[in-house]
Amino acid sequence: MSNIVIECKNLGIDFGGLTAVDNFNKSIKSSQISGLIGPNGAGKTTIFNLLTKVYKPTRGSILFNGNDTKNMSITSINKAGVARTFQNIRLFNKMTVLENVLVGLHNRTNCNLVSSILRLPTYFRSEKKAKEIALNLLEIFDMKDIYKENAGNLSYGTQRKLEITRALATSPKILLLDEPAAGMNPKETEDLMETIKKIQNDFKIAILLIEHDMKLVMGICSEITVLNYGKIIANGLPIEIQNNQKVIEAYLGKGEEIA
Amino acid sequence: MRETNIPLYIRYIVTAILLTSFLFIGFFITNSNILGRAHNTLIIQIGFYIILSVSLNMVAGYLGQLPLGHAGFMAVGAYSASLFWRLGILPSFSNIIVGLIISGITAAIFGIIIGVPALRLKGDYLSIITLGFGEIIRVVINNLDNITYGARGLLNIPRYSTFTLVYICVIITIMVIHLIMKSKHGRAIIAIRDNEIAARSCGVNVIYYKVFTFAVSAFFAGIAGALMAGNQGILVPNNFDFMTSVNILMIVVLGGMGSMFGSVISSIVLISLPVFLQPLNEYRMIIYSLLLIVVMIFKPTGLMGSYEFSLTYFLEKIGIKRREENV
Repeated sequence: MSNIVIECKNLGIDFGGLTAVDNFNKSIKSSQISGLIGPNGAGKTTIFNLLTKVYKPTRGSILFNGNDTKNMSITSINKAGVARTFQNIRLFNKMTVLENVLVGLHNRTNCNLVSSILRLPTYFRSEKKAKEIALNLLEIFDMKDIYKENAGNLSYGTQRKLEITRALATSPKILLLDEPAAGMNPKETEDLMETIKKIQNDFKIAILLIEHDMKLVMGICSEITVLNYGKIIANGLPIEIQNNQKVIEAYLGKGEEIA
Repeated sequence: MRETNIPLYIRYIVTAILLTSFLFIGFFITNSNILGRAHNTLIIQIGFYIILSVSLNMVAGYLGQLPLGHAGFMAVGAYSASLFWRLGILPSFSNIIVGLIISGITAAIFGIIIGVPALRLKGDYLSIITLGFGEIIRVVINNLDNITYGARGLLNIPRYSTFTLVYICVIITIMVIHLIMKSKHGRAIIAIRDNEIAARSCGVNVIYYKVFTFAVSAFFAGIAGALMAGNQGILVPNNFDFMTSVNILMIVVLGGMGSMFGSVISSIVLISLPVFLQPLNEYRMIIYSLLLIVVMIFKPTGLMGSYEFSLTYFLEKIGIKRREENV
């Protein structure tokens, strides 16, 4: 199909003798929310790091929009359209909310060094445009009135939202969310679900999320992949995953045979 | 990114008026010899220390790395400018300008050469490797006897460093660094300091910006070195030893990492303090050290923290007050 954004073929990575991920096959269509779940240490974040080129795969390949990403760097894969958030929030704490989003807009702000230093009209134009885009994004996520606040002073839920906004500012074709609901209370999780749905609706991009909160995963994902010890053990619709024997075993362990 | 109602041209005009009036005041004071020769030299010395600390602040405060080889770049700039000046191939004025540009560019090239391998490392490792490079530069200069005259010293450097020249260089340095920092490039640099991995995943080319910051910093350190050479008229490699780097770093830390205003203030304080404490003879170093300790205990973020002086803010304050008086 032509609308596949990212495709992993037999992806695998070894750390020394340890195989962290093996034989990982998955393709994600545009404007689809998929979930990646699995017990701790299953290799979910490793897959994110592979997709964003933090790690180089030992085996297999990742195709982005049909092109091999073998020679891409973290920066160039982001320019191509892969954005991510982090398990432990990584914001620019001493910068304001607006500036955080503006850093996300870095590659969309066309202003070279010379025109920055000489304050040529290009500078003012590009800064004004970037600021407009940033404020628009912040308005979509109800953060416009706190744009002057320091990012480090925000509440946990808002920081998560800001991190997502910043990732969206890079105008990605796929957004990778690493445990967006971690440490959130049920109310915040519900808000987050709404936010993710809104992103999918408004921006028409693919979303891949790692999450332990089953209510969230089952609620919004159209396809779920379950990982255990670096291997895919199940892949399918939420309802199929819920009743999959292997998945239940991976999470809860195998039951004793009762006579 | 500060929002204000004051139009751009008014802010520019006010800035220009203030800067030129400072220039004339300084020019008058240094030329009329009210303060005496020692203090005139002190003013010039403060000038190039401001350039040094502001440029180091760009790497230490904004980029968040801690290099200890700033004196090395200063040495490169000082020697390249002095050697060019001594040739005297151009008429006086253009000789000064070309010499300064040469000093900046050579230092920046060294900054790139050193920065590319050094900036792969972080934290204390980076400090040690830059310290090593700084010392290498000094030792090489010491041993290039037929070019730099080594430890005998490079003599007869034309004394170009007048108050006007140093002042203009200080203003250019501060302006250029400020304008870089208030653009998307500056935001990228601060983003790298705050969280390198996040900056990278936002599409910021981290290696490029690290080397770039290092090069800009080295460029201005080179110019400061040239001004120092033009002030002293003689250069010996020991002017640029490890302690010089530490002194500059001390100024930056005392002023507040990431505050250009802080670097300027603390350059003035720390450079002029030993001179004013001279009557106390041997006690002066004790008082100097005690002062540093006291500041670091009671204000660990430095004198200014991350505060940045803003003329716009100042103007707004005055403007608001006037409006209230009218009502």
